[in-house]
Amino acid sequence: MTIPASIDETVELLARGAYVADRSLATVIFLALKMGRPLLLEGEAGVGKTEIAKVLASALGRRLIRLQCYEGLDTASAVYEWNYQAQMIEIRLAEAEGKQDRDTLGKDVFSERFLIRRPILQALEPDVAGPPVLLIDELDRTDEPFEAYLLEVLSDFQVTVPEIGTIKAKEPPIVIITSNRTREIHDALKRRCLYHWVDYPDAERELNILRLKAPGADQRLSREVVAFVQSLRKLDLYKNPGVAETIDWAQALTQLDALALNQQVVNDTLGALLKYQDDIARVQGSEAARILAEIRAGAQAAQ
Amino acid sequence: MTNQGRIAENIVHFARVLRRAGLKAGPQQVLDAIAAVEAAGFNSREDFYWTLHATLVKRHEDEVIFEQAFHVFWRDPQLLDRMMALMLPEIRTPDNEDREKANRRISDALFANEPNKREPDEPELEIDASETFSASEVLRKKDFEQMTAAELAEAKAAIARLRLPLDEARTRRTAPSARGRIVDMRATLRASLRAGGIIPLKKRDYRHRRPPLVVLCDISGSMSAYSRIFLHFLHALTNDRDRVHVFLFGTRLTNVTRELKHRDVDDALARVTAAVGDWDGGTRIGETLHRFNVDWGRRVLGQGAVVLLVTDGLDRDAGEGVEPEVARLHRQAKRLIWLNPLLRYDRFEPKAQGIRALLPHVDEFRPVHNIASLASLIEALSAPAATKPERRAA
Repeated sequence: MTIPASIDETVELLARGAYVADRSLATVIFLALKMGRPLLLEGEAGVGKTEIAKVLASALGRRLIRLQCYEGLDTASAVYEWNYQAQMIEIRLAEAEGKQDRDTLGKDVFSERFLIRRPILQALEPDVAGPPVLLIDELDRTDEPFEAYLLEVLSDFQVTVPEIGTIKAKEPPIVIITSNRTREIHDALKRRCLYHWVDYPDAERELNILRLKAPGADQRLSREVVAFVQSLRKLDLYKNPGVAETIDWAQALTQLDALALNQQVVNDTLGALLKYQDDIARVQGSEAARILAEIRAGAQAAQ
Repeated sequence: MTNQGRIAENIVHFARVLRRAGLKAGPQQVLDAIAAVEAAGFNSREDFYWTLHATLVKRHEDEVIFEQAFHVFWRDPQLLDRMMALMLPEIRTPDNEDREKANRRISDALFANEPNKREPDEPELEIDASETFSASEVLRKKDFEQMTAAELAEAKAAIARLRLPLDEARTRRTAPSARGRIVDMRATLRASLRAGGIIPLKKRDYRHRRPPLVVLCDISGSMSAYSRIFLHFLHALTNDRDRVHVFLFGTRLTNVTRELKHRDVDDALARVTAAVGDWDGGTRIGETLHRFNVDWGRRVLGQGAVVLLVTDGLDRDAGEGVEPEVARLHRQAKRLIWLNPLLRYDRFEPKAQGIRALLPHVDEFRPVHNIASLASLIEALSAPAATKPERRAA
């Protein structure tokens, strides 16, 4: 499928992939697609950054290539590696046949035939469905040298293999980079990307997300879950619950056949929502009761 | 076509405003913004906003400035006219009423060309004039005292001697090494093609690197005698190593990492003094540690960071809220080192509440009895960790 021609079409495209995006996100995605620029998405864990790449790939019918970053990630696991075992056998065979010319053997052994393609190199290859979506996930987990390496890849969409030469993509892939901001991404890399901070959704959008992602949940329950989570995010907790946690919680509550929130059920299932003991201890009990009372009062006022 | 040209021109001016307000909107971003607006077209104000946002904002913190600048620049035609006028050689003085409406930082950026504008080099001028004689003024004068060449040389030599605990952390990245533990297949194969016969095994080994260092330094009244030495130390440290983050705290927390990155020590210190508003006041350890844990902990404590906490532990809030926050900091940091300059105390006794709350949660407690110079400070930090904090029975 071709890329959308306007911001409105981008919103529709994402909606087809069951992703509820606000206008700002749709704008930046549209521009990234249109201008062929990498998109850097930053935000707290669980706000749906990775999901964007997945949805884009499936909605556009492109291949999704995912590179999960971790400390010590190097070119051998991110870009390419030589198939040493096959190379050794090749050398052994050549020797058995009595070939002595080292230069030709060297060229033979270091040819594309023995190249193992890792995600970044795969993303530069032509694909029948169109350029793939390259997801570079949690870039902040890797170290600065890898980031510096990415500069070449992201500005020219090419990779240099010393033994072969430069491999350049005919059509640049759609690059989505995510970061949880456990450290700052270097300015040089940011300059090459379009940037967007993915924030927690507002109540209305979160309710829409819940309708799509947890369709089994009761209407009233969904509304209360969203109201509860939205109030939690105002509490200055160590880790605010993300959208992923909201969905988890709604599903957990549905499994327990809950039709509405009450203090008992909140206390029992808070672990699906909050992942730090300090936060759980703070919310459990009186704080949860206070929020619940607030939600009730708010619901009554609305009626 | 002329219309388009005008828009492009306006975007250039808008980017200039953003730059003066502190955003890094370089020429490449301006070109991107123009291309983006052409690609997206003009549908609505909101789309226009997000189109410029997508190309000109590169940090989450800058979003607020962008928002304010956008509304001032693209809504108020009067202000816009003034802005345009400022671009021309003749300078008109804007009346104060309009200025007050705009956010201060934005208006500073908009009217930076104004003749009576204070120079960025002496940002303390206004504040100094408005304040009566106070301790903070004394401190500022003391800190502005320039570093002599001899002091500078001493600082460089001293910082080279600095050996912090856990200074070499093994990374997961490897480098060629004759006696390494990992076989380097690629190098081995290349060597075999060159030599033939017996294949010499090439080895690699894990590289070592200094872990990130986070310094939390107390600048309250009780620590004021050492402020100059500490700031010189922090400046030398920031410029000597990568991945150093420096936070100063008294009653509130300030991240001064960027300010300290300026290579000239006097320039850097002037910027730090301007950025910090709570010199020589009280200390609120619990509150400031809480802010650090919530706002910065996850961002700077990754990758095995070592935390250096510099404070005398005297707390205005009588140690309230310190315990849970320092416990959390301890859990997040690879190693928590507490450097305590035992100011005015000949015999240190952990009587103060803040001190008692801190002690059980630090990995290393390093008391320094007299910091006369940078060298003695560095000596205290580099000495082998002798003092493991006594763990009192609860």
